[in-house]
Amino acid sequence: MRRVFIFLTFAAVTLFGAAVMAQDEAPAPEAATVEAVAVEVVEAAAPAAEEAAPAEAAPAAPVPSINKGDTAWMLISTAIVLMMSVPALALFYGGMVRAKNMLSMLMQVFVTFSLITVLWCIYGYSLAFTEGNAYFGNWETRLFLKGIFDASTGAFSMAATFSKGVYIPEVVFVAFQATFAAITCCLILGAVAERMKFSAVLIFMTLWFTFAYAPIAHMVWFWMGPDAYTDAATAGDVLGKAGLIFQWGALDFAGGTVVHINAGIAGLVGAYVVGKRLGYGKEAMTPHNLPMTMIGACLLWVGWFGFNAGSAYESGNFAGLAFMNTFLATACAVLSWTFGEWLFKGKPSMLGAASGAVAGLVAITPAAGNVGIGGAFAIGTIAGLICLWGVNGLKKLIRADDSLDVFGVHAVGGITGALLTGVFNAPSLGGPGYVADWVTATMVTAADYSISGQVLIQAKAVGLTIVWSAVVAFIAYKIADLIVGLRRPDDEEREGLDTVEHGERSYSL
Amino acid sequence: MKLVTAIIKPFKLDDVREGLSAMGVQGMTVTEAKGFGRQKGHTELYRGAEYVVDFLPKIKIEVAVPSEKVDEVISAISKAASTGKIGDGKIFVTELSNAVRIRTGETGSEAL
Repeated sequence: MRRVFIFLTFAAVTLFGAAVMAQDEAPAPEAATVEAVAVEVVEAAAPAAEEAAPAEAAPAAPVPSINKGDTAWMLISTAIVLMMSVPALALFYGGMVRAKNMLSMLMQVFVTFSLITVLWCIYGYSLAFTEGNAYFGNWETRLFLKGIFDASTGAFSMAATFSKGVYIPEVVFVAFQATFAAITCCLILGAVAERMKFSAVLIFMTLWFTFAYAPIAHMVWFWMGPDAYTDAATAGDVLGKAGLIFQWGALDFAGGTVVHINAGIAGLVGAYVVGKRLGYGKEAMTPHNLPMTMIGACLLWVGWFGFNAGSAYESGNFAGLAFMNTFLATACAVLSWTFGEWLFKGKPSMLGAASGAVAGLVAITPAAGNVGIGGAFAIGTIAGLICLWGVNGLKKLIRADDSLDVFGVHAVGGITGALLTGVFNAPSLGGPGYVADWVTATMVTAADYSISGQVLIQAKAVGLTIVWSAVVAFIAYKIADLIVGLRRPDDEEREGLDTVEHGERSYSL
Repeated sequence: MKLVTAIIKPFKLDDVREGLSAMGVQGMTVTEAKGFGRQKGHTELYRGAEYVVDFLPKIKIEVAVPSEKVDEVISAISKAASTGKIGDGKIFVTELSNAVRIRTGETGSEAL
């Protein structure tokens, strides 16, 4: 009966959305005239810009239009970032669990990915990427993605890139960011693998996505776009409309804070709140299929080009830089983890090499287009060694059963990358610096760049993300616990989640 | 009659089978087994987690032979399975009170 109710609720929400969209497609007369005259100049869906744009931008600047090359690159990036979750992350994680929990791992990733994608298109995108306050966007502006496409005029709204006058269709931006939101939630699953109840996973994900992912994404990434900066007098006001961490000036190219630290901390909290797996520390919990883990890690590497180089929003110099850095730092981390393990643990393992790759990918994420090639060498090598410590020495200290080391790799690697971005972004260390003045789009000079100052800003961003994610995660786990309970009974956990939760087995040999 | 049970390294199975066939043994039973003796197990390391694996994969061969052939069988197995390194395995010999060939009903040495 309860299941029927849940299904009906879901159906009702979806139908309600369709109704909202139908209303939107029949706009009021006065609204239609405004939108018909002006090509919508919307940076990541800023409603205020819609009214302001015709007055100030239209006469002076050429009519903004989408760039087809950039759009093509973003479509490809989006598709390969999707591949990072399903199947890459699912296989990477799945290979590390025991055979009896393989399908539960795959299912949790598969369904979480789909759930977050749906929520993203209902209210998540609006909450993260529309103008609101410094913490949240506005949940109504793009509710059910209304206004992305105007059926009466055939006009698509546009999303800003990092260059003045260069746009991509906002609907492409929505899709690209959807894959980020979804994979971030999926990453958490590794920390509570092999024991968390499937229904509890879905409740937790809905809450954590809404109250942790969306606001952090808003705080770090939401801004009014380069074209909003027209003169020095109003630049302060324009910056004031951006997210809090963006206003601080923290650099996060593709999601060191938003994705990796965010997920890593939620995973650690989960490992504590959900508790240890039965028999943890007493029974062998060896990975059941490391070749699958290797395949997953390699697909992640490929998909990460979309993740990092796609985060340039354009297919130009910075996409190229992010691409090369993602390539190089990962290779460095594979080597440093492998040699580190060989030296300290005796043998260079396949799981170690695959873990090193992910550690390097995580660490280079905030730095991808923000550091030079030298920075990629350094960040990759350092991340491999620090994350090796993260899953050994540090793991023993935290005394939690973080099953697949989400904290040790993603949070530790993410923090490492976020802080080092502040160092290697410096022009004096071969980094490109950041845009100091968006009115003229000029970069900071080597003389003006303060490494300690930037690292401090990065640290503030990291600190806020850690606290925010941890608090929301803790409450979300507790709510899931109250509603359905976090775990299966002991005998069912021993039997394995595949048969108990999903009624099937991975392998019938 | 005697039952000779040999525990050997898996990759030595073919050598042992050839050695026994060459001296006229016509049948044997082979089982994949796990165990440990003086060789002990080994450790496996998965990221930070270290597991001691006590039981190593081995092959168990069972051969039933007439009593007069038992020494020859033991030396054939020893010769074929030996590498000189720890973990080569062991041979156990037990008394066999009877044997029956199911198809014909023959018993004793006739059935071997």
